[in-house]
Amino acid sequence: MEMKEKNVMIELREMSKSFSTKNGMVHALDKINLKIEKGEIFGIIGMSGAGKSTLVRCINLLERPTEGDVFFDGVNLTALPPAELRKARQSMGMIFQQFNLLMQRTALENVCFPLEIAGVKKEEARKRAEELLEIVGLADRKHSYPSQLSGGQKQRVAIARALTTNPKVLLCDEATSALDPNTTRSILELLKDINKRLGITVVVITHEMSVIEEICQRVAIIDSSKIAELGTVEKIFTTPKSAIGKQLVYSESRPQTNFDDSNTRYCRIVFDGETSFEPVLANMILECQGVVNIMYANTRNIDGQAYGQMVVQLPPDEKMAKKMLAYLEAKHVNFEEVDYV
Amino acid sequence: MFKEGILQMLGVGIYESLYMTLISTFVAYVIGLPVGLILVCTDKEGIRPIVWLNKLLGFIVNVLRSVPFLILMITVIPVTRAIMGTTIGSKATIVPLVIGAAPFIARMVESSLKEVDKGVIEAAESMGASPFQIMFKVLLPEAKPSLLVGSAISVTTILAYSAMAGAIGGGGLGAIAMNYGYYRYQEDIMFITVILLVIIVQILQEVGMRIAKISDKRL
Repeated sequence: MEMKEKNVMIELREMSKSFSTKNGMVHALDKINLKIEKGEIFGIIGMSGAGKSTLVRCINLLERPTEGDVFFDGVNLTALPPAELRKARQSMGMIFQQFNLLMQRTALENVCFPLEIAGVKKEEARKRAEELLEIVGLADRKHSYPSQLSGGQKQRVAIARALTTNPKVLLCDEATSALDPNTTRSILELLKDINKRLGITVVVITHEMSVIEEICQRVAIIDSSKIAELGTVEKIFTTPKSAIGKQLVYSESRPQTNFDDSNTRYCRIVFDGETSFEPVLANMILECQGVVNIMYANTRNIDGQAYGQMVVQLPPDEKMAKKMLAYLEAKHVNFEEVDYV
Repeated sequence: MFKEGILQMLGVGIYESLYMTLISTFVAYVIGLPVGLILVCTDKEGIRPIVWLNKLLGFIVNVLRSVPFLILMITVIPVTRAIMGTTIGSKATIVPLVIGAAPFIARMVESSLKEVDKGVIEAAESMGASPFQIMFKVLLPEAKPSLLVGSAISVTTILAYSAMAGAIGGGGLGAIAMNYGYYRYQEDIMFITVILLVIIVQILQEVGMRIAKISDKRL
């Protein structure tokens, strides 16, 4: 018997997935080890083709891993016979980038669908479906067909549908990638709300760092079939370690224009809740008697806390630049020299 | 304009043509629909891949589809006799019509079902749907409008086949056109049967398309 770890909802153990294609074997995932805890919102981010979509499909075995095991709430899914696996899938909801609603069914009928599959009586299914449409704020559109709904509304129906069977986990595969920024925000709000209210573990797959920052507590960065970096979102946002992590975190602060001088040095400074109360940059300028050019600055809300980031161009005078970096170092500010050229 | 007898004969012709076409279409669907469904599901990309079954069915369908209908009718005469007890008349024509149309319908059904979004099937799988549930709750209902368009095409094709059956002793409008136009050079009657056939095809096609359109919730 396996020791059942109380706090772990999903565990991937030495999991690999390869596909055989015309051009030989492709290793989509290579020995992935990952634990997702009960009740958290966990993000999986990566560039397209990194294997993140395959990874999420391995969690509910839509794709069967070539090697390794998938544990769901203590049960090894890879060892289950088909009928029991189908039963287990009823405790895992999933939503998709393209919503994947049944086009010939109304919103309400779509939400009833998983219950029909689970063999729940029609009346009961209908009642439950109406409750869920209420939760996602679409009670008034229950008789509409998907083609009559907007993207955001379709995703709300899909979320309601994924929740009808009272799942323990909600898997979101690029769920906001087909939506505009405002709709994305409202869908993310809804996911956050569901996580809080119903205590459902949420796994979010995305290629957008902003999505991760908005709702995730922890994140795994996938790059070339492996987990490149794993940790709290706060930690990865302030001090990304892997090359891919830096790329994902910095890409938004990248200056839009490239200046044609390779001597210029840039520095990214991150202010967390504490440092943002202190005028660090102003003090640095006063102290060092030199000026910096601010290339980019913004603030972000990470898991409920405000973070600021700023990209500055250091003065060409090397001595001065060194002095400034030393100052930041002394003040325990999170900073890193970045290379945008 | 025409003698009473001719009008009556045309009336019987219309009745026989419709009778052969509709009965054959129905029976051909009873065979073709499950075959099409099995072809889609057992495909190597399908929800329940069974490669040998898929290859076998595909082969049989292709063989039957490649025999020209006129030749097929003659080849299956022994089968027709065994089933119907006769090889002439409209009742006898139903046998070759079904054999000729079922593979065609199987392919039509297959292509309709293949139009169903893979993502929707994946979503159903993620909810724990069994292959049978996916067949009857996803594939068929989602493909319904396309299946209806397919059936409108099939029924008109079968009507055309049934007219061809006139050449070897089948009944219906085809036989009238053959007997009067070809053997007796009474072209006026042949033209009338042709016009009647055109009208019937138009009506069947239009009705089928309308039903398909009304049933489609994607618009």
